[in-house]
Amino acid sequence: MSEIRRAAATGIYDIRGSGAKRKVPHFDDLLFLGASISRYPLEGYREKCDTSVVLGTRFAKKPIELKIPITVAGMSFGSLSGPAKEALGRGATLSGTSTTTGDGGMTEEERGHSKHLVYQYLPSRYGMNPRDLRRADAIEIVVGQGAKPGGGGMLLGQKISDRVAEMRTLPKGIDQRSACRHPDWTGPDDLEIKILEIREITDWQKPIYVKIGGARPYYDTALAVKAGADVVVLDGMQGGTAATQEVFIEHVGQPTLACIRPAVKALQDLGMHRKVQLIVSGGIRNGADVAKALALGADAVSVGTAALIALGDNDPRWEDEYQKLGTTAGAYDDWHEGKDPAGITTQDVELMKRVDPIAAGRRLANYLKVMTLEAQTIARACGKNHLHNLEPEDLCALSIEAAAMAGVPLAGTSWVPGKGPF
Amino acid sequence: MHSTNLATSPLHQVNYAPKVFDLSKNTLREFNQALHEVKDASTEPNWEVINPKGSHAVAVGAEHPISIDVQGSVGYYCGGMNQLSTITVHGSAGPGVGENMMSGTIVVKGDASQYAGATGRGGLLVIEGNASSRCGISMKGINIVVRGNIGHMSAFMAQSGNLVVLGDAGDALGDSIYEARLFVRGSVKSLGADCIKKELRPEHIAILQDLLDRAGITDVKPEEFSRYGSARTLYNFNIDNADAY
Amino acid sequence: MCGIVGLFLKDKSLEPQLGALLSEMLVTMTDRGPDSAGIAIYGGGAKGHGKITIQSATPDADFKGLDAELGKKINAKVSSTVKSTHAVLDVPADKIGEARVALAELRPNVRVMGAGEAIEIYKEVGLPIEVLKRFDIASMGGSHGIGHTRMATESAVTTLGAHPFSTGPDQCLVHNGSLSNHNNLRRELIRDGMRFETENDTEVAAAYLSSKIAHGQNLGEALESSLNDLDGFFTFVVGTKDGFGVVRDPISCKPAVMAETDQYVAFGSEYRALANLPGIEDAKVWEPEPSTVYFWEH
Repeated sequence: MSEIRRAAATGIYDIRGSGAKRKVPHFDDLLFLGASISRYPLEGYREKCDTSVVLGTRFAKKPIELKIPITVAGMSFGSLSGPAKEALGRGATLSGTSTTTGDGGMTEEERGHSKHLVYQYLPSRYGMNPRDLRRADAIEIVVGQGAKPGGGGMLLGQKISDRVAEMRTLPKGIDQRSACRHPDWTGPDDLEIKILEIREITDWQKPIYVKIGGARPYYDTALAVKAGADVVVLDGMQGGTAATQEVFIEHVGQPTLACIRPAVKALQDLGMHRKVQLIVSGGIRNGADVAKALALGADAVSVGTAALIALGDNDPRWEDEYQKLGTTAGAYDDWHEGKDPAGITTQDVELMKRVDPIAAGRRLANYLKVMTLEAQTIARACGKNHLHNLEPEDLCALSIEAAAMAGVPLAGTSWVPGKGPF
Repeated sequence: MHSTNLATSPLHQVNYAPKVFDLSKNTLREFNQALHEVKDASTEPNWEVINPKGSHAVAVGAEHPISIDVQGSVGYYCGGMNQLSTITVHGSAGPGVGENMMSGTIVVKGDASQYAGATGRGGLLVIEGNASSRCGISMKGINIVVRGNIGHMSAFMAQSGNLVVLGDAGDALGDSIYEARLFVRGSVKSLGADCIKKELRPEHIAILQDLLDRAGITDVKPEEFSRYGSARTLYNFNIDNADAY
Repeated sequence: MCGIVGLFLKDKSLEPQLGALLSEMLVTMTDRGPDSAGIAIYGGGAKGHGKITIQSATPDADFKGLDAELGKKINAKVSSTVKSTHAVLDVPADKIGEARVALAELRPNVRVMGAGEAIEIYKEVGLPIEVLKRFDIASMGGSHGIGHTRMATESAVTTLGAHPFSTGPDQCLVHNGSLSNHNNLRRELIRDGMRFETENDTEVAAAYLSSKIAHGQNLGEALESSLNDLDGFFTFVVGTKDGFGVVRDPISCKPAVMAETDQYVAFGSEYRALANLPGIEDAKVWEPEPSTVYFWEH
């Protein structure tokens, strides 16, 4: 009812940041079986459990070698402050992984502090230029994102500061309306040519990722592979965004859990599983989620919202200020308004000073390392000397829904509901 | 004291004969790689591509002040992300010619397909024939001069730069336009959302004259054009404009 | 998502080369769709003769003795030319309908690819170069033809999912793009009595045109109607006994290039497909306008 009143009063759809909040079947409904007599577990800390992953082995001359299979997802300078971007780069680099630009171009803060930086190639092409393309370590062609498959971005005027406006070639203070399709290609046949062009410009050195929102993961993964992708990034509906319509976040797309098996099946059907790497994102929170995504067939995962929380987003230390904004720490999602007390989702010069890039980067690195340790703990318990050796057969499901979506048996049974072609 | 003895000083070797790449014999990769490895543009200023036969991604990512003549028609994204170089296509260009170009000049002697100059940030794109749909889509500072007509949805979300059209424009010109300037000499089939006709003031005449001069067009006067641009009603959301979204 | 080529000859002296020219055009488009390929060739059958192109997964068993059995059943002279998984049955033109009914009884597993007085349709899974070789398309002559190479989006990669789709006697359709309302439309067409072999969106477009024609529209009118009733992205190229046509959706963001000279009209998804045609340097080359039906007829 409050939403009806709000809509009637303002005449605008509700816009917010973050990802889907409705309850959908998730990784929590899966459990690992662990080893006992039929399988032997590995000793923690002594027997090695490798976590490394190489991305872009299909065509790129210089694939990316990461120490951990958890990367930092694309988030734009514009939606995030400069210090926040720098902190993401620092944290990722400390933990041996990559970070990603976003819909606003590449900043010196993040290039300078990121050992491995993935440069997003988006419909808006804000800030796109060949110099940054060539100094990126990989290029991610964004077709869609989980929060809004089929939709464009929306950055409201409050966050278009002088610097953001200049990078995006926009007038200051206006609402930015991002396109939903790329301006110069549509469909997989054109995408193949677009990938060729980017490879030619970068002399076939950089891995080319294709990022898709979790909509029709089997077909979209297969088509990304056919179009020539080195890596497919699959973002489920829980994936966050800086700002879009609430109706989009909550009502379009499939849960991450439901997206992985169809995507993996597409790779297997094409003989490309592990040759074209799959990165899964959308709702990854802890090491168990990482291990589960990998067991279902992903090569790596990506965190966005969780990384912001590690930096200090929604921290209770700013509770008084959250209260003033009519919310509370842990529930603040008006990222588009640019008033973030934690100084992360803002362009306010005073607020962004609250982010110490070095300390925040350290917190992110700690978080990424904890997740890795947790995933290793599970993998060792399942007898694996590498996280990639986790399999769907190491899992069971607590609910029929999760069993059907993940394609693993309901706990205590051999029943996989809804088993179909993918 | 400094003196030069022409008879004894080492001759600066300048090879003005073009470096020729025959795409029926050389691969696209060989050509583009060579283009990226230019050490000193002054010693190899002239390049030529023959037998392109509609190949994609010809002369992409060039970044030196050199001249590239493409003898024939090209496919998608010719001259993509060009910087500094001057590319002349002696034929027609496929989709996305000069996409995201930064600087330099691209001249298409024939027609251009859709997305010409898409997201271009600088430089000059001249199309001597017609351009198809979505010419100058999302342009961000590029100057585009089209001698013929342009197709539908041209200058969609155009952010900055100038689009000059000597002929007619198709449907939905300048839909959702930001601050780009559109100059059309002929008719406009229809204007897109938030695009309106505007007054042609002296500063616009000066811009037009400069662009016509640079495009080598002498038979047309700047005063013959009409100017179109943003009404700026979509710059901040208002429910009364919802039909335009 | 695909590559399309089409060639309509005005100059009869080029007719013996039709298959060779179309083959080269189609192979150039391989990158746009490596999953399956197909081609429709219109060639002058002798007057009074009809052709039925059939396909079988087990051609040796199905095609053996078929002409004699079918001839007996419809009481007419029937001969067949077998090419790999396909065969072209030569039947009296006025007995095509009867022959198709008899065929369904005699060989229920055999699929009819197309039928008419001039059309032959060949399509299979695989790269264009392999498919064209398998049916020796390069040696075929004819007056016009359409080719297609497919990158399957949502429906299966099968022979039946390959284009062209037959839309009626001597009619066929190829498509580049992706329709977004084909499932509802398919349900309506099924209620209207149409039959479907695949989940393919293009088959729905083909059946839609057939249905409109069955309700009295001519092909041009049916194509005009499609602009209102089909949602999504499409470039269609259609073939008829005497001509071929092109139509693009109102948004028109899939590529399409046409060329015309005194000798021919040609269509390609990209200019590359046209680059080796005779006299292309001096051809009129243009892009078809959105929501506009183009048609050429002999």
